[in-house]
Order: sequence, then C-alpha cells, then structure tokens
Amino acid sequence: MPIIINCLPKNGQNNHPIIMTVGLFIPCYVDQFYPGAAIACLELLEKLGVTVVYPKNQTCCGQPMANSGFEHLTHGCNELFIKNFAEFDYIVAPSGSCVLHIRDHLHDDKNPDKAAHISNRIYEFTSFLTDVLKVESLPSKFPHKVGMHQSCHGQRGLHLSSMTELVAPTFSKPGSLLNMVEGIEIVSLNRGDECCGFGGTFCVAEEAVSVKMGKDRVDDHLEHGAEYITGVDMSCLMHMEGILNRQGSKVKVLHIAEILNGK
Amino acid sequence: MSGLTTKDHAELAEIFNKDEARVDWHDETLWWIRAKRDKAVHNIPGWETLRETASQIKNNVLSNLNQYLVQFEANAKANGITIHWAANGAEHNKIVHDILVRQGVNRMVKSKSMLTEELHLNEYLAENGIDVIDSDLGERIVQLAKEPPSHIVLPCIHKKKEEIGELFHQYLGTPAGNADPQFLTETARHHLRETFLTRKVALTGVNFAVAETGEFVVCTNEGNADMGAHLADVHIASMGFEKIIPERKHLGVFLRLLTRSATGQPITTYSSHFSKPRPGQEMHIIIVDNGRSIQLGRPEFRNSLKCIRCGACMNTCPVYRRSGGHSYHNAISGPIGAILAPNLDMEKYADLPFASTLCGSCSNVCPVKIDIHDQLYKWRQVIVKNGYATATKKAGMKVMTFTLSNPAIYHTGGKIGRWVMKHAPFAVNNKLNPWYKQRDMPEPPKESFGEWYAKNRKGS
Repeated sequence: MPIIINCLPKNGQNNHPIIMTVGLFIPCYVDQFYPGAAIACLELLEKLGVTVVYPKNQTCCGQPMANSGFEHLTHGCNELFIKNFAEFDYIVAPSGSCVLHIRDHLHDDKNPDKAAHISNRIYEFTSFLTDVLKVESLPSKFPHKVGMHQSCHGQRGLHLSSMTELVAPTFSKPGSLLNMVEGIEIVSLNRGDECCGFGGTFCVAEEAVSVKMGKDRVDDHLEHGAEYITGVDMSCLMHMEGILNRQGSKVKVLHIAEILNGK
Repeated sequence: MSGLTTKDHAELAEIFNKDEARVDWHDETLWWIRAKRDKAVHNIPGWETLRETASQIKNNVLSNLNQYLVQFEANAKANGITIHWAANGAEHNKIVHDILVRQGVNRMVKSKSMLTEELHLNEYLAENGIDVIDSDLGERIVQLAKEPPSHIVLPCIHKKKEEIGELFHQYLGTPAGNADPQFLTETARHHLRETFLTRKVALTGVNFAVAETGEFVVCTNEGNADMGAHLADVHIASMGFEKIIPERKHLGVFLRLLTRSATGQPITTYSSHFSKPRPGQEMHIIIVDNGRSIQLGRPEFRNSLKCIRCGACMNTCPVYRRSGGHSYHNAISGPIGAILAPNLDMEKYADLPFASTLCGSCSNVCPVKIDIHDQLYKWRQVIVKNGYATATKKAGMKVMTFTLSNPAIYHTGGKIGRWVMKHAPFAVNNKLNPWYKQRDMPEPPKESFGEWYAKNRKGS
C-alpha cells in the first residue's frame, strides 16, 4: 500500500522522497454538516503531494461517549477505527479534539499494537502540515480580517500553540500557516485562548453556561472587527456559528483548512 | 453548605445566568485576578521549574505521609503543642467543642479555614450554643449574609459592594446606602477589634505544617489570624493531613507559588509561623482525615491532595466565572472542588465533574501541577460506572454507541437527519432541543463528505 512521493510543491526544503500514505479521518459531525472543511483538507493535502485515502466505513472517534463518562462503551468505535486506519503511515484529521481523544484513549485489548501505532501516527491537520510536511509556503489568498479561535484540545492537549497560563515561549502552528496566506489580517483578541464553551455534551447539558461562554467568545472577535472566525476544530466553530446566526450576524466561521486551501 | 439545595450545577448555573450583566461582572472580576496572576508569574523566569519542584515535593509528601505526620506530631509535641487526630468532621467538631467547654466559653473567633467549612464547624457549634465570629473580612461578610463562601480565597467575590453596604447597614449599623469600601472596611475593623479583644479562644487554619520543626504557617492578607491567635488564651489550628511539607526550606517554594497564583501578589501580607505556645497559652493542632485517606488510596485521584488552596483554577475557569461558586453546592467550588467532592459523596456531587468543558486551563495554572482536567474526565468514568448517570443519559449513550459503531446505520441515520433538518426543521428547531434555545442549528448540506468523496474520487 505505501507509495513513494517526492513532490512537496512550494517547499524547497524537503526534497527527500517520503514513503507514506495518509488515511483521512473526517469526524462524524464534519462529515455530516461541514463537508466543505473536509474537502478543503483533502484538496490541500493532495496539492501538497500527499496520497490521501478516505476509508469509507469510518464514523466517529468515540469521544462523545467517553467525555460523557461512557468510555467503556467505546469499544465498537475503537475496533472500527483500528479496522479503518491501522494500515496507514499517518492518519490526519481536521480536528484537534478528535485527534487528542484518539491519542489519549484509543485502545483495543485484541490489537494493542495497532492501537498504539494509530495513537502515535495520528495528526491534527495543521500540525501535520507544520511538523511532518514542514510546509513553508502556501498558494492561498484570503484578503479578510480573521479571528483565530484557539480550540482548547488542540492548543492545551496537542500543544498546537503556546498557552497564556504558562511561562514559555510563544508559538502557534496554525497561526504560522495562516501567516503564509496572502492578504490575511489576523485580529488580536482580549482573551487569546479562552474556551468557547462547546465542550461536547456540555453544550446541551450545561446549556446556559455554554451559550454564555460562546457569546463572550464571539463578542471578542466581533469587537476586533473579524469578518471570519477560524480554528482547527469545527465543533467550536459550529457552536459559535449557531450563536452568530441567531444574532443575525454577517460574520462567518470557516475551518482553517478552507482558508489555507485558498478557495 | 449542606442541605441548602438539591439542584445540580447546570440548574444552579442557569439561575445564575438569568442576570447576564451580573455574570459579566463576575466573569470580569475574576478574569482581572487571573490577569494579575499572569503578570506576576511572567516576572518569574523559573516559574515552571518552581511548579514542577512543588509538585515533586508534594509527591514525596503523599508517598511518605505516615512518616511525616508522625515526625510532625513528635516535633510539635516537643514544642509544647497538643496534637489531636480527627477521622472525620464529627470528631473534629467535638474536639473543638470540648476545648471550648473546658475553657468555659461560649464564643470563639475564627480566621479563614476552608477545612472548617468542609466540616461544617460553624453550624455544629451554633447548635451547641457557641457563637463563632469569622474574622476574615470576606468570610465575615458571607457569615452576615448567612451564605457559604463562593470562593476559597475570595469568599464574597460574588457580592457587589452595594450589597455589602446593605449587609453592614443591617448588622453593623452603617448608614444606609454607604458602599464605600474604605468606610466599610474600617467599620469591619472596629467591629472585629472588639471581637479579638474579648475572645479567649481563636481558631485558625493551617497553610503549611513543617514536619522537620513541628511548626505551622498561616497565610493571611489581613493579619486576622495573628490578631486572633495572639490575643487568645487558646489557639486551635485545624489542618487537613495533606498540609504537611517535609522541611522549612520548602516554604521557599510554596510561599512563592501560593499568592502569585492566588491573587498575583508576590507573597501574602502575613506569613506567620507558629511553633510553640507563648507562656500561659494553650496551642492545639487538630489533624483531620475526613476522606483524605480514601482519596490517597485512589491512584488516579491522589494528586488532588497536593492542592494548596490558592484558587487559581477557579479564577481561570471559564465555567466557574460564569456560574458562580455557589453553583457547585460544595464548600470547595470550581475545578478543584469538582475533583475533591465526589470522593466525599459520589452521588451528591455526581454532577460536578461534568461542569467543565475539559479546556485544561485549570491544570495549567495549578501551582502544584494537579492534572485537574484529566481527573475530571476520570471522575466522569467512575461516576457512570458506579451508576450515577441518569436513565435518559444512559439510553442516549447506548443509541449513540450503536449508531457510531455501525457504518451503515450511521450513514443512513445521517442522511435521514439532514433530510429532516432541511424539510422538517421544526422537528429539531424547537424548545425540546437545548441547542436551539439560544443557537441556530447548522445548515444541513446537500451531501455528506462521504457522499461527495464517493462521487469525486472514483476508484479510491
């Protein structure tokens, strides 16, 4: 199954052939509600010369059950995930949250090695671009004011960006990619990495607090003139979009892959 | 406090959120403290090393607690302090009451002690005819309001100054409508001065108990612990057994961390060392278990006992800031309360580990590096396995599991769901759907990614 690729366009640094096939994991709610984010992710990976396969029998990482305290019910999802993705060199998903769940919690007593392989080789989309493909430029253009939402699981769980609580050097993997986009203006925020309040089933179980957190996050972006809110997790964006649309706002949410893909 | 409510966090938070302007005020007040904390810690280049050091010292303490406690007891006794051991709140409260009875007094002054909140000492003593006056200003305010503290460091942070003015008018005779903080503080000072001068017994908490020397350290900003203890004939100090640190030099780590994390100050105004009773004074230390041994025996949760009660996790928690401390219906609120409380009563506090988005900010600010958000996740698993999930939730999770474990059902279900949302939106856009109450549903696309892929990447 592995094939050799050596064409990482726009990237003069990496001329060595890399043997790899990437399995694309599209989280269930992205598959159902935000195909545009998934298409952008697939297209950009292909443009970067990666062979991408989307196993069609995939569903969900199991996080909704696990975060609700029902991790013991996730074996069906785990087995399915392993069946779908064990053969790939890398697994890439446009979600920090689902990737973190797989990294931390994927397990299968019958196939511990396969589970470990997947956990070690699964990447959130932007960090795959920065850490594996080592992308240094992108052919995209997006002449708009954009607010970057730091989704917590990607940021604090996968360390995609530095965190304001810690005394440590600042960096941002998704931010560095956005900076490669022509014409984009990233707006600063009052609270650069506060949670939006989605939180999986929290968004309905704790509806009042969830919505208030979402409204406050959205207000921060609006106050700074964002035309778009982007991030690595469509779940946070779906929550904020629900609030924006209810308010009748013209501000849109876009998964970061859609901006990086430049369409 | 006990018996106040049977509502869960989500219900209490919903009530709190009915006054959005107040939520904004509460959120911004606490965020301001979080910002002060950030400013203070970013001035310490070795901050992360300091946190790691504190965490390791506490690891050592938790692994050798039996030895340190015995060492502490021996040294404290040699210093002339009487040591009591209390397995639970009832024992602790009786020990305090017995001392008061022996002294023949029916009133006591008490400085800040979250442990006595946990053990409901004030209620117990009130039932036994003892009048307790809390000498920490914030604690005194909530005591006058007959409310529990809403925050472990800032007990009355949920109260606006106008409300405090009203309380003082009612109880301390200040002019109606006066909400000047300076004036109110001065009034409280005079009121408490009389208390300090007339109480024979003073109770304080303990921030750190040094095994090496048998001394204990009490940190306050108001000096109220010192005023109480120095003027009283009897000083009682109550401590959870996890307050032990091995050596005096370790204070150099913890005192640097505590107040920077709590309020952004470099150190508390008073960090008072009590090592022996002054001539003629009695000094008692009550060392309390109250469930801590059980927590110590839970490998996944024992690190929660590292807590030094700084409250940083509360100030940073976006849920705490927008739901208020009382919504946690426990003496210790916020993220740390949510991982400590289920150990005491899993059924009563089954809701608390779910009152979080698992954003992880609490673990990042914790000065002793407790993995708070991971423990919240783990408590959820334990609570569900012990049968404390609702029947609706269990049923819902089973349907979800079944659907997501079967690709064919998932694909068909997704298609039907999207069709319904497009053609019969009222089926989801109604008040039975908590998402829809204040948020629009996502626009259903004409096809899923899977369907698009099958058409556009033929042969894959």
